[in-house]
Amino acid sequence: MTIYNLDQKKATRDGFGQGLLEIGETNDRVVALCADLIGSLKMDAFKARFPHRFVQCGVAEANMIGVAAGLATGGYVPYTGTFANFSTSRVFDQIRQSVAYSGKNVKICASHAGLTLGEDGATHQVLEDLAMMKALPGMVVINPCDYNQTLLATKAIANYPGPVYLRFGRPSVPNFTHLDAGFTIGKALRLVEGSDVSIFATGHLVAKALEALPALIDMGIQAEIINIHTIKPLDREAVLGSVSKTRCVVSAEEHQINGGLGESIAAVLASAFPAPQEFVAVRDTFGESGTPDELMRKYGLDVADIVLAVKKVLARKRP
Amino acid sequence: MDYAHLENVCHQVRRDILRMTHAVNSGHPGGSLGCTEFMVALYFHHLRRNPTFTMEGHGEDLFFLSNGHISPVFYSVLARSGYFPVAELASFRKLNSRLQGHPATHEGLPGVRIATGSLGQGLSVACGAALAKKLSGDRHLVYSLHGDGELQEGQNWEAFLFAAHHGIDNLIATIDFNNKQIDGNVEDVLGLGDLRAKLLAFGWQALVVEQGNGLREVHASLVKAQGLSGAGKPTAIILRTKMGKGVDFMEDDHNWHGKAPNNDQLAMALAQLPQTLGDY
Repeated sequence: MTIYNLDQKKATRDGFGQGLLEIGETNDRVVALCADLIGSLKMDAFKARFPHRFVQCGVAEANMIGVAAGLATGGYVPYTGTFANFSTSRVFDQIRQSVAYSGKNVKICASHAGLTLGEDGATHQVLEDLAMMKALPGMVVINPCDYNQTLLATKAIANYPGPVYLRFGRPSVPNFTHLDAGFTIGKALRLVEGSDVSIFATGHLVAKALEALPALIDMGIQAEIINIHTIKPLDREAVLGSVSKTRCVVSAEEHQINGGLGESIAAVLASAFPAPQEFVAVRDTFGESGTPDELMRKYGLDVADIVLAVKKVLARKRP
Repeated sequence: MDYAHLENVCHQVRRDILRMTHAVNSGHPGGSLGCTEFMVALYFHHLRRNPTFTMEGHGEDLFFLSNGHISPVFYSVLARSGYFPVAELASFRKLNSRLQGHPATHEGLPGVRIATGSLGQGLSVACGAALAKKLSGDRHLVYSLHGDGELQEGQNWEAFLFAAHHGIDNLIATIDFNNKQIDGNVEDVLGLGDLRAKLLAFGWQALVVEQGNGLREVHASLVKAQGLSGAGKPTAIILRTKMGKGVDFMEDDHNWHGKAPNNDQLAMALAQLPQTLGDY
């Protein structure tokens, strides 16, 4: 069994900044746009290295999305950077018409997603972004789990010709995946093999699932942990392959229960292999101010919540 | 500039607009008729175009229609200038057509580079395309067209700021100023005030064309705007037009924004516009 080191911590947004710099070196069509959040998005290095390929847009996100669509029309590969809230809900119609429906090769890169944004509170803690982006025809939706995976995803999406939503976060979290694991859009990664329950996790919840593993092992539960970094298109084969073996599911995400990863998995299972499922997700409520750890605990997205969900779903599992 | 020929093209384009909207009893003839001279002058004289359409449009001028509801004039001019067969105009707004109610790239219609219809998004896209030309060293121009009512959408003002700040001087944005929108006069619905002064204050160069339905005036303004390009500032043309121009009972009447003529109205309208290039 692969051992994942959860002690080294780095922010996923730092992985984005490094990935952007690296793809900028090898792909001169890559341009970056930012809405007055260069430091928060870690775009400083790209800006310093490629000033002529960096476009400061100011606090005007709707225009930024349109400018990106225009740059894509001209053959460039624009990466827009701002908080996840301002990357989605603020500009949904611009993304829908100028990017998704128009089929533009725009990479919408969104930091500070979810509760782990922390003290700024619910105005900034978008928990509906995956639902919005998933709903758009043709939109690829990616939520990497750590620094390394965000770095790889940031580079990989440059080679995919079409609109992508790349979601990452603010805090330092365990950096446990390996750069040599590579990154293929739409390909789930099985981190831990098991036969009793399938845990499908995305984003910051992947590390939480790994942290839950010792407690599950102590209870004699063999959990399979699968990292779903690409929520759309969902790796249907990985979902069905695992659940056909375990016959029960826990989904875990830093997002509303409505419209998130859990629903996508449930839709696959309902049509092909119905199985009991428990959802670790935010229960149709807004967040609030607090530290990331406090918020994850209060809103039921912590290690203990995953353990509890596993116990519940095992109790519902058909013999 | 062969004005006699372009006048004939304008007549035919107006016939197309009326027949297209009549055929499906929907669409937007008013603004289409009002922008006919501008679109004909642009596509038949000013745009330096490559013979084959590519999405990127390297080495040619580009045009973005922001007020996508005037798709009838856009489609007619695209077809009449060779982007796709004129006969295809008959498919406007019908099932399985490339000529969607509002312009789209989704069906691959040559000449269309962005979907528009939800208002206020085209100027940002045009800014991005103009930036792309600057980045790639392509010295061609980007043109765009916007409704006056459309300027009530805030994104335009983000884009006005952006274009001036970044010195996007290879962009010529034209505003169809007919003072008409769905609910009435723009000045009554949500007035733009002194639009020229606003644009100047936003750091743009601004031309006002009083006779926006005169080919000579439109041509002269485009020549002047081209001369103003490359000087560090974006350029706007405020084009005073008449909604419904060319059909006496439609002129200057906001009720023709989004209403198609019925059989009798079509006959009366076509009687005012000679067939010149041949109906589709």
